[in-house]
Amino acid sequence: MADTVNQGVVAPAASAPAEFLDRIRRSSEYVVIPLFALIAAGLIFSLFLFALGHSPVTFFSLLWRGGFGTGFSWQNTLVRAAPLIFTGLCVAIPARLGLTIVGGEGALVLGGFTAAVAAIPFVHAGAPNYVVLPAMLLCATLTGAAWIGLVGALRHYRGINETIASLLMSYIAIAIMNFFVEGALRDPGNPNKPSTLPIGDANMIGNIPGVGVHWGLAAGVLVALALWILMNRTTFGFAARVTGGNVRAARAQGLSVGRLMVISCAIAGACAGLAGFFEVAAVQGRANASLAAGYGFTGILVAFLARQNALAIIPVSILLGGIAAAGGLIQRRMGMLDATVLVLQGLMFVVLLVSETLYGRFAFFRPKGN
Amino acid sequence: MNETDIGFWGVPLAMFAGAIRVSTPFLFVSLGECLTEKSGRINLGLEGTLVFGAMSGYAVAYLTGSPWFGVFCAGLSGCFFGAIHGYICKLPKVNDIAIGIAMMLFGTGLAFFFGKPFIQPQAPHLPSISLGGWSSLPQVRSALEINPLFFIGIALAVFMWWAFKNTRWGLIVRMTGDSAPAALAMGYSVDWVRFLATTVGGFFAGVGGAFLSLYYPGAWSEGLSSGQGLMAVALVIFARWNPLACFGAALLFGAAGALGPALQSVGITQGYYFFNAAPYLLTLFIMIASVSPKRSLKGAPGELSITK
Repeated sequence: MADTVNQGVVAPAASAPAEFLDRIRRSSEYVVIPLFALIAAGLIFSLFLFALGHSPVTFFSLLWRGGFGTGFSWQNTLVRAAPLIFTGLCVAIPARLGLTIVGGEGALVLGGFTAAVAAIPFVHAGAPNYVVLPAMLLCATLTGAAWIGLVGALRHYRGINETIASLLMSYIAIAIMNFFVEGALRDPGNPNKPSTLPIGDANMIGNIPGVGVHWGLAAGVLVALALWILMNRTTFGFAARVTGGNVRAARAQGLSVGRLMVISCAIAGACAGLAGFFEVAAVQGRANASLAAGYGFTGILVAFLARQNALAIIPVSILLGGIAAAGGLIQRRMGMLDATVLVLQGLMFVVLLVSETLYGRFAFFRPKGN
Repeated sequence: MNETDIGFWGVPLAMFAGAIRVSTPFLFVSLGECLTEKSGRINLGLEGTLVFGAMSGYAVAYLTGSPWFGVFCAGLSGCFFGAIHGYICKLPKVNDIAIGIAMMLFGTGLAFFFGKPFIQPQAPHLPSISLGGWSSLPQVRSALEINPLFFIGIALAVFMWWAFKNTRWGLIVRMTGDSAPAALAMGYSVDWVRFLATTVGGFFAGVGGAFLSLYYPGAWSEGLSSGQGLMAVALVIFARWNPLACFGAALLFGAAGALGPALQSVGITQGYYFFNAAPYLLTLFIMIASVSPKRSLKGAPGELSITK
């Protein structure tokens, strides 16, 4: 850094474009290495398919067609990308403070569940949708924030490992939902699948005009943008990143580490709760076991692939949403199982983490003159 | 009321029997994790190893007709996953917790992928040892049908406890876990010791998985494991990295896990899901009660990232 600043002072006009190119070259490391990891994962997966007697070429062309090839598949992809943006943020925000929170699934399920439950009295009283939806939204975000915020508080005040605690709390969240959905809050009119009472067609969130994807996608993009600004352009974000870099240094600077942790976790939980809200209010129309569809777990991969950058989460969510969307087509055309996508995702995750070891190894990405 | 009806005494009896049955996978996974953590590394991927071990054990038992060979193959597959984890963590700048999460998703995905054809067929079960021949009550007799793996687990716990204290290998593992520089100074390869500890730990977790699919509940399905591998990691912290305490903790967790089915067996079905969540709640409360940010844990390996 000091190097570039000095250059700027000596000859600002001449070196500005060169300096800009230099910066691009250095930061391209964070794009090239993950892309390389994705390609490597694709190659390993091709070998895996080949060994099992399937054609990798057919697989990847179907993946393209089912995820991104047609307008319909884009719709399918984007509908899956919306919750992934939120659950990815749920991992990425605490990660900037050095916390590995993997309980987004639980906050999503509980957020969706409380949203559906909050709607019941309003729907019963016949309230209009501009009353019902904000109430649902509020319940979902508050529940999610409290759920993951609790993990942050346990971590800071009791020293409990946040990874284990958040995963355990996911199981508890799913059990809480099942307990009520199969018991006190079960819709008697739906004997096949235990669900809460439907929120009603009048209260469903519609699609973005002309796109065929519900408003959750737009909300996800906006929230990601807002959180990128929060984490990269504000004092709060700076304090959070200092804490992530070195907790002791942050304490020495007088930062209130505990408050930062709890607030970041609460923001993360609110994101996952929002994912649950949109799943209920725009897709399912009621809360049931379909809420635990694994978006929370794919969100972990999204966040790591995006290197915990809130903006990068948007394209990565679309990529992984596309892979998930193509699962059905691959299953029908190649006679392969839906678990194929899980294997591919797991493999991508492992290879991506292995690629972490490559950072700083290539001279090309280093600042010049060092 | 006839003679064999024991009413609500069935609940503690069913919990006792359930504790023994349910605790066995906990015991194996926690012993594997204990060994890995003693060497200074944490493997969160044992949940995936457990699920893959359950699938491969069931598949091999079904194809060969020998449940014990299935258990062995489940252990081998566990070794494979442990070796991958151990090898990747040797690379610089790689976070062992994140790798654990990735291996958990990868192992579960692979198990679902290869396990689909084995959901329907019935594989031979592991035999059990009957210790209840002295009783006339069928409930007592069925409660004392105990799987040999339970006793193998106890023997393993005692052996590990003894070996950590009294053998050269135990000392090397403990030293690597407490201080990598010390191990290096003594001329041992830290990476190699941790790699071996993770691989052997994976073997135990795979065996634990085979118990799930081959004895209790006794069939392979995708919902077979629900966080047992993960709870075992928390259990090791609670047991303070002591293999004997792992055994006690596994029994406690087994009893908590058996609470729901035991109440169901006497007709209390209300709140089934609530009682099913009992092990997770218990784990969380135990962690809250036993961990403190102010002091380091007694017996914790110094190199362990989870306690730093």
